[in-house]
Amino acid sequence: MKNSILRTENLKAFYVLDMQGTQKVVKAVNEVDLEIHEDEVYGIAGESGCGKTTLLKALYGAIEPPLRWMGGSVLYHMNNLAVDITSLDAEEKRKLRMEYISYVPQGSMSVLNPVLKLNETYQDFIGSHVSGRTRQEAFELARKHIVELGLPRNILDAYPHQLSGGMRQRVTIALAALLKPRIIIADEPTTALDVVVQRGVIQLLMDIQQKLKNTIVLVTHDMGVHANIADRIGIMYAGKMVEEAPTEKIFEDPIHPYTRFLIDSLPRFGDKSTRSSAPGSPPSLADLPAGCPFHPRCPFAREICTQEMPALVSLSSDHKVACWLVGEN
Amino acid sequence: MEKLLEIENLSKVFSLGSILSRVHIIAADNVSFYIKPAEIFTLAGESGCGKTTTARIILGFEEPTSGAIIHDGKKKARNEKVWFTEGIQAIFQDPFATFNPLRTVDNYFFETVKNYKLAKGKEDAIEWIDQKLNAVGLTYQEFAGRYPSEFSGGQLQRISIARALLTNPTLLIADEPVSMVDASLRMSIVNLFKKLRDETGVSVLYITHDLATAYYVSDRIAIMFRGNIVEMGSVEQVLMNPRHPYTKLLRESIPEANPKKRWTTTVNLTELEQEEYLRKGCKFAGRCPEVMDICKGVVPADLIVNDTLVKCHLYSDENSSAK
Repeated sequence: MKNSILRTENLKAFYVLDMQGTQKVVKAVNEVDLEIHEDEVYGIAGESGCGKTTLLKALYGAIEPPLRWMGGSVLYHMNNLAVDITSLDAEEKRKLRMEYISYVPQGSMSVLNPVLKLNETYQDFIGSHVSGRTRQEAFELARKHIVELGLPRNILDAYPHQLSGGMRQRVTIALAALLKPRIIIADEPTTALDVVVQRGVIQLLMDIQQKLKNTIVLVTHDMGVHANIADRIGIMYAGKMVEEAPTEKIFEDPIHPYTRFLIDSLPRFGDKSTRSSAPGSPPSLADLPAGCPFHPRCPFAREICTQEMPALVSLSSDHKVACWLVGEN
Repeated sequence: MEKLLEIENLSKVFSLGSILSRVHIIAADNVSFYIKPAEIFTLAGESGCGKTTTARIILGFEEPTSGAIIHDGKKKARNEKVWFTEGIQAIFQDPFATFNPLRTVDNYFFETVKNYKLAKGKEDAIEWIDQKLNAVGLTYQEFAGRYPSEFSGGQLQRISIARALLTNPTLLIADEPVSMVDASLRMSIVNLFKKLRDETGVSVLYITHDLATAYYVSDRIAIMFRGNIVEMGSVEQVLMNPRHPYTKLLRESIPEANPKKRWTTTVNLTELEQEEYLRKGCKFAGRCPEVMDICKGVVPADLIVNDTLVKCHLYSDENSSAK
């Protein structure tokens, strides 16, 4: 069993919006328990608006209004010490970032400063995290890093607009890995990229993981990407974790009805049999149905599903499901 | 053979830059294909391959540099939009961008009915609209008087398909219709195209970069690369037994939803898009693993191998006999 590196306990993060006197609460992350291990790729899947990105923000400790902590904790395991990120102040969090945990946000090809050459962005970045470096040293470090990851050497002399989307994405991922963090969180790193370029970006992430032996938390709605690189997958639905298992189990033996719909609807080459989608559409996080949030769409729903949310229970040592059907067959 | 729409040697050249450093990008280079009645035809390729340009020319948003579009046996002339749009309707990528957020969606329907004189009076119009909405699994009651923001992406994409069906078109042009729709609802949209084809005999030009849904839904497929169709034929032939090295690369690069089939090889991404457009011979020569001397200077001809069109020197007579 691998050691755990990142853990959440009963984590709740809601968007609280004040709309003309009435409060609107969007339950984006609702009682999530996670345990992510050292040296693994953990995939989080689910459709848009299910709270994936908010969960990542909470894991990174980037909670800003209107998003609020509503309870629970996020624990980082560092040198046998569990640190609760919710109890840290801004300066302590800043120190952990990029060196211990780094974050590649969604649409990260637009995070680069358009009026600075890439080497200035890199130097800026190194300057603010590593003290006592001269410009020359910083430049050497950045250059060495870029070459190690197999990106073109002269890329540091370019402005962001001179690079294609895929190249910018890879430069951003390389930047996130510069200080050899133990955890890299990547939010939809391959969305909006072409298939061949997407493959290049995934290759880069895998290279980094293999070199640093660190943990990658990868969020994407593309099950094909998960199948290719994730070791374990967590399926999210309406702010809840509904199933968690090693990748092969998720694809071959999904238990939760939502996971089954998700896996069964994937088109496969060489198989033209009819694939059907889950009926209905995902619920609004501001107005969740009572009980299990999937029950209005679930063909197996029964009375208890409309009243109580099932807990995430262990089916075997590595397979967890939140569904009332478990145990009753 | 009956052909619903025929595209003959369509070319589109875009000029970039100033007078001193003008670059001509050939976005569509002698593209020819046809679509049969009641058929789903896929135009697939990566961004910048010319698939959307081709669709925009067919829809009349863009003037072709040369070439002809023949619909129902009639050649399309300049600015002849009305008879043309009655037979050909479009569905776009982002359903939220298709509709004005400040207008109710039924507005668009009544406007189309009025413009094409499809009904007499309001009662008639509602009946007509309801019938088209039923075809996509919606009803007039759940849709009347509502704004785009009140629907989910999947519902709104169905509504835009219903709107396209109003004029009883023979061909729908769908440009990446599912890429913005939630994963769990994607197949319902794709299945809808199949249902429309089987039940009402409408043809679909499905434009996508997603080869997995293309395989699932379409009858024939054309793979485009830098303005050229490099391979065209039945989906079984092209996707299960790809011949052109580019199709092979594309097919291999799709992450398959099967954890037992992980990638074992690596790709290199070095060449710039513009360089590839400006290449003299085969546009893929810079990245092709099977590149030969001839590829760098001479544009390969469209060869027919087992009923499939392949634009590659590997399959020309002297090379295939040498093998």
